[in-house]
Amino acid sequence: MGDQVLRYEDLVKRRNDLKRTLDRVVPVVLSLGVFFGVTVLAALLFDVVTTGYDRLNLNLITEYPSANPAEAGMRSAVLGTIVTVGLSALICIPLSIASAIYLVEYAGGRRWAEVLRYNIANLAGVPSVVFGIVGLGFLVYGLGLGRSVIAGAFTLAILTLPYVTVTCVEAIKTVPEDLKFGAYALGATRLQVVKSIILPRALPMMLTGGILGISRAIGEAAPILIISGLLFIREDPVSLLSRFTVIPLQLFNWISRPLPAFQELSAAAIIVLLLILLALNSAAIYLRYRLYRRLEAT
Amino acid sequence: MGYLSSEQFLRSVKRRRAQDKLFMVVVLAATLVSTLALIVIFVTLSVESVSFFTRVSVIEFLTGTKWTVLFADKHFGVLPLLNATLMTSLIAIAVAGPAGIAAAVYLSEYASQRFRNFMKPVIETLSGVPTVVYGYFALYFVTPNFLRAFWEDLSIHNALAVGLMIGVLTLPIVVSISDDAMKAVPYDLRLAAYSLGSRKIDVVFRVVLPAALSGVVASIVLAFARAMGETMIAAIAGGFRPVLSFNLGESMQTMTSYLAQVATGDAPHGTIEYQSLFAVGLLLLVITATLNFIGLKVIRRWEIRY
Repeated sequence: MGDQVLRYEDLVKRRNDLKRTLDRVVPVVLSLGVFFGVTVLAALLFDVVTTGYDRLNLNLITEYPSANPAEAGMRSAVLGTIVTVGLSALICIPLSIASAIYLVEYAGGRRWAEVLRYNIANLAGVPSVVFGIVGLGFLVYGLGLGRSVIAGAFTLAILTLPYVTVTCVEAIKTVPEDLKFGAYALGATRLQVVKSIILPRALPMMLTGGILGISRAIGEAAPILIISGLLFIREDPVSLLSRFTVIPLQLFNWISRPLPAFQELSAAAIIVLLLILLALNSAAIYLRYRLYRRLEAT
Repeated sequence: MGYLSSEQFLRSVKRRRAQDKLFMVVVLAATLVSTLALIVIFVTLSVESVSFFTRVSVIEFLTGTKWTVLFADKHFGVLPLLNATLMTSLIAIAVAGPAGIAAAVYLSEYASQRFRNFMKPVIETLSGVPTVVYGYFALYFVTPNFLRAFWEDLSIHNALAVGLMIGVLTLPIVVSISDDAMKAVPYDLRLAAYSLGSRKIDVVFRVVLPAALSGVVASIVLAFARAMGETMIAAIAGGFRPVLSFNLGESMQTMTSYLAQVATGDAPHGTIEYQSLFAVGLLLLVITATLNFIGLKVIRRWEIRY
């Protein structure tokens, strides 16, 4: 009897020891998952900066692309990105804000709203390259817009629409219900509530979402590749119907060339692209910070 | 400041109501753009695919093992492309799944609030990096400097590097959805387990993780769908060789990188090459939409539970 008790206690002790060790080891193993991501990001940045730093100069954005890597720049791509993405933001952000207002304030929790929300979630799941193909078939050839800035801008706008709409919905949901109900109780129409209660409070967060949508659109190469083709464009996009290229597409062109000089050029262009995205994201974070400060003050 | 007569008041109410109605119509129209876009996507892909399938049999498309649409002797079997897409996506999930779930468990259950607040945006950054940049990194760093250290005769364009980088790209999807799922497990469940004498390890792996399992599974399914649709990494680092192969060290063309290749060349409107874009695109959309449907359904079920 005594032996059995002892053995049982042994078993419990061994089990406890094992669990104690596991309790120490497992978190370390799990944290490797986090550090894996961080390490890849760090290695990527390090590699890009060391390869591209020497090639980084103003010519990169003031010169047109050239077969000679020492002279090549991406002026047409930078302008193409500004025009195309800027235009897509002008289309996407108002649409997103309006959709979010309808979804939260008008459609409520009805089945109809569920259907609309589901459609938006589905749109977010469509691969970006498919947007390009449909843009080619529907906008470029179907509507006859040609391989133009406007076709690219519409495609990017629809591509980013679901993301920006979702943040706008979140933004509206942060507005305190009491304020809305108070206004309704005073007899305000929904339009008045939207104008005087919701928009002033939700707009900064909506714009944050808009900026994040823009930075997503800036990084997209696949849909623009399908719409615009892989061209050597040595002129500025001057009209909505101009042919165009964007920074990631110019990058694809340079990365695909085997000469080492083009690799350095690509790395330098990647630095520029990442700096633009960093600036945009910092702006979004700053906006969010300002917003929190203001909300805390009230 | 004067008082309104009741007539003036009624008129102003009517005007405001009319404005409200008009505004509703405007915002409703904006909301319908998303639905309209889905319809346009489906119709455009279908119409051109129908023209494609009047020239190529569906059976040949789905079962053929040779894809040589851009050559003189044309074969239209999509299996090589589909196989390459599945291979690269499976590698991606083999990376993003374990690493992402581990990171999510760590951030949700072990990390301090400060570490968590700092790390979550850093991980999110991985999905904000443009995919051409990952393509560059795969082609000029991962393959020559890292993979070739273990695998000397690795082809410069290969499926392995593509899969690895897509894995890094989809890591944040797994982390953020799994983390949400675990954070949604009620705290009482953890307390109850502790009060029964459980150690942390048991609480995490026998209580929290099983309770959050459907969210974790959904994160994997959604990441897989995202991986299948990734284009630029495959186009840059995977090469344009449509071969039906299971050798990860070989260059192979995914569905998406075929689409990219057609776009880099010249495929005039109405040719079979042009129409093949839509057929491949439709197949890709059907697969990813099915996966997304399953993923969203699982997420919704789990949202109802808690």
